[in-house]
Order: sequence, then structure tokens, then C-alpha cells
Amino acid sequence: MKELKLMKGNEAFAEAVIRAGVDGYFGYPITPQSEVLEYLMAQKPYERTGMVVLQAESEVAAINMVYGGAACGKKVVTSSSSPGISLKQEGISYIAGAELPALILNVVRGGPGLGTIQPSQSDYFQSTKGGGHGDYKLIVLAPASVQEMADFAGLGFELAFKYRNPVLILSDGVIGQMMEKVELNPQISRRTDEEVATECPWATTGRPKNGPRRIITSLELDSAKQELHNIKLQAKYKQMQDNEVRFETFDTEDADYLLVAYGSSARICQKAVQTARKKGIKVGLLRPITLFPYPSEAISKLASQVKGILSVEMSAGQMVEDVRLAVNGKVKVEHFGRYGGIVPTPDEVVKALETKIIGG
Amino acid sequence: MTEEIIIAGFGGQGVLSMGKILAYSGIMQDQEVAWMPSYGPEMRGGTANVTVILSDERISSPILNQFDTAIILNQQSMDKFEKTVKPGGILLYDPNGITRHPSRTDINIYRIQATEAATAMGSAKTFNMIVLGAFLKLKPIVKMENVEKGLAKSLPARHHKSIPMNMKAIAKGLEIVEKV
Repeated sequence: MKELKLMKGNEAFAEAVIRAGVDGYFGYPITPQSEVLEYLMAQKPYERTGMVVLQAESEVAAINMVYGGAACGKKVVTSSSSPGISLKQEGISYIAGAELPALILNVVRGGPGLGTIQPSQSDYFQSTKGGGHGDYKLIVLAPASVQEMADFAGLGFELAFKYRNPVLILSDGVIGQMMEKVELNPQISRRTDEEVATECPWATTGRPKNGPRRIITSLELDSAKQELHNIKLQAKYKQMQDNEVRFETFDTEDADYLLVAYGSSARICQKAVQTARKKGIKVGLLRPITLFPYPSEAISKLASQVKGILSVEMSAGQMVEDVRLAVNGKVKVEHFGRYGGIVPTPDEVVKALETKIIGG
Repeated sequence: MTEEIIIAGFGGQGVLSMGKILAYSGIMQDQEVAWMPSYGPEMRGGTANVTVILSDERISSPILNQFDTAIILNQQSMDKFEKTVKPGGILLYDPNGITRHPSRTDINIYRIQATEAATAMGSAKTFNMIVLGAFLKLKPIVKMENVEKGLAKSLPARHHKSIPMNMKAIAKGLEIVEKV
């Protein structure tokens, strides 16, 4: 029988990180993601696999440790919650500019400012539209279960190294704090220095005997070269859009109406779909799994089928902009959300569908 | 089968661990489970509550507005959650400290004198297991052998010696739960 554990989303992520053969975790505590650091410290992976676990002096220090580790070709990860992720934005922009693989987890809480410690999804713009300065993109994965908190640790590193790009897991207080059944992957060994040297020919692993010195930097004072670098980055982001879009649908085949929601909102919407269908409303759900690249094409196709679309997010209305761009005026698109740490109930979603889309 | 439960009381009554044991018992019989706690400042001195869902199917929302069963262990929780029980559902409560008793007539209300029984058993720690026993009498959704396995999974090894006492407390709850 396969080993099943009952774990919090934060704990499942932490255990999956160890098992993914990660070399280092650098973080700083903040609710509602502190269990990541707590779990790692309790598990002592430095005794199991040699993985470093370090509580940095601040979020800024932690992300720059990630930058340094990634530059050496190491598998490195950090996690935080909204205000802490804001502090990391400068480092994230540098890592994206320097084209380094890294994994970042945001267990979102309500903002703005220090806000509240309760769940929210109001960091969508920050995650998908920049966050830091400059024209860069992160691959953004949105888990909707404890199992995905574990699975996306492995997937995140796979994508980060495939594209030499930071990957952000955009979770929230619901998924981080809830416990569900989770099946974990077996332990992968950490890469040896030789494997790093072979797999990451760009990494700063010591001055090569032959060939030029390897320099990792995000600074280029020659604007012509910096423009070329930007063109290369944009081509890479286009490749991600072509190859890495992930989403799932529920009950869309015969749907007259569509809900679009990610993460914990998608779970709430699944229940809302069940409730609405019992009332005779034919509604389906599209759940984006990648928020960048966004499943615009799938939404555009469904827009030709349905009479109206409700975007549901624990925010004042951020993802709805991407839904509207995808739909491009074909049908009515509205937003429903609760925010500031309030989680909507399935019944509230059904009511919003009835008033804003069907009756509206 | 899907059973949606809210367990609510004071922090320190063992609300969260009772939910965890129930969830682990579900896993032991191959069910899908979800355990969603309230977290944060409301745990200190105020109410602590946890939603537990056991199901044979994939679980949709861990956030619910209605429950099949509400297990209520203080007045604040009574005020907040009595109205969330589905019509025909179950409200199970310990009357200790309750001044405004439940008044709905479209649900089934049961009492468990768990505070009293825990004192009689000589260990306040058995309180939540007595309540769990009462629940399992009303809704035998997990087999007793799986509850015992769930306890073993849920408790750290150094507390495994307390499993027999916990099972005794569950048996006590099964015995003394009463319909109102």
C-alpha cells in the first residue's frame, strides 16, 4: 500500500522540497506560511540529505541567498507570505534578469500593508504582472489542494531549470493551513558537483580551465546589449506561453455559464457548481493551474459557448482583467470576490452568479 | 457518503486534535478527507473551530456554509454555528457553560456531558475523546478499529501509551450521549 499522510499544505510543500533533492532553503517566518520553516527545522534535512535550512535575518537576505545559491547551479527555494514577498521583489527581478532557476512560495494573506493573517488572493497582479521592476515574467503555479502543494515543488524545479527562470507557487492561507491526504514522491538525491557542472554549464562553479570566466549578473550598461537580452527574455516567455499552459475544467461540456477561479477559490467554486446544478443552472468551472502563462485560449473558446462568465477571486478584482482580455468582449464578464481575509462561501458564489450574470 | 462536520469550542479543548483523529480514521478506511482549521488571533482565548470532511469522492470546497453535523463546545460557538446545521442534521453539544440552549426544531439535537464525564474519569484530557465517542454513536462513519489506527497515526509515539485510555473515553461517549 502506498504511504498516505495527513499534512497541512505548508508541511506537504516542505517535505516535497526535501524529497526533490533541494540544496538549500532560506526563509523568514510569517503567518500563514511559518509551518514551512518550522517543519524543515524539525525534520533536520541537513542530517538526511545535506540540505541547508537557514532562517535568514530578513526576507531581503533570504532572497539574495537564493540568488547566490541559484548562481552556483544549486536547487534553492524560499517561501513567505504577502508582505514578505513584497520585500523579496527586488531580488526576484534580479534573479529573473540574471536568468536563474529558483522556487518561491507565496502563501497569500490579506493586504494591503501588513493587512491580516487570513487567506486572500490579492497578490495576483504582483505575481503575474511583474511585482519587481523591468520586463520579466515568472512561471506562476496555483495549487488548489495539499497534494498540489507537494507536486508543484517538483514541477516548479523542473520548469525553473528548463527555462532558467524563477517559478512562483501562488498559494493562500486556506491551502497552506488545511490538512488533506497527500502521497509523496520518493527521495531524489541531491546533485553532485559533477552533475551540477554538466547540467548547468552556465553556473559559477569555479573558474574553468578553458574558456571564458562565467559571470552571473543582471547589469548591462550597454543599452544595445540590454535590448538584445530583453528580446531573448521575451522569446523565452513566448515559449512558456506556447508550451506550459495548464488548466482543468469541471462540467463545462453543456455549460451555459462559466466560473473562472484558481487555488482555494476554485475549490469553493466546485461546490458552487454542484449547488447551482441542483437548482437547474448549467454552470461549469475553468481552473487555471498556471497563472502565467494564462489559459487565455481555453477561456476564449468557452466564451463562444456560454452566455456569461463570473471570475471568482479573493480580491477586489485582479484576475478578471485577464479573463476579459481572453474573452475580448464576446460575452459579459463580471468579478465576484471577498477580500481582506474573508473567504466566500459556495452559496455566496451561486448568489453572485444569479445576480451579476444570469439576472444582470 | 460525504459527511461535513464543524467542531467548535475554546482553544485548548482539543477541538483541532479531535478533528485530526477523525480525519486520520477516514484515511485508514481509504476515504478522502479535509481538515480546515480557523487559525490566527481568534485561537487565543476565543473560539477555535475546525471543518472536517470525510467522503468517498473527491472533496470540493473545504469552506462550507452548512454542515451535516455541528459539534459545539461553548456558548460563542453555539451562537455562531447552530444556524449552520442542515435541516435534518445533527447538533451535538456539551451543556457545560451553555446558558442559551439550542432551539431549532428542524434538526436533531443531542447532549454529551463530556466535561462531567472527563472529571469522573480523572483526566480532563479525555474530554475531546468522549465527545468523539458521542459523535460516532450518532454517525458511525468510521470503524472503531480505524479510529484506533487513526489515534496511533495522529499521536506522537511518546503518547501511544495513552491510546487505551483514549479508547476508553470514546467508549464512555458512546454510552452516555443522550437525545434532547
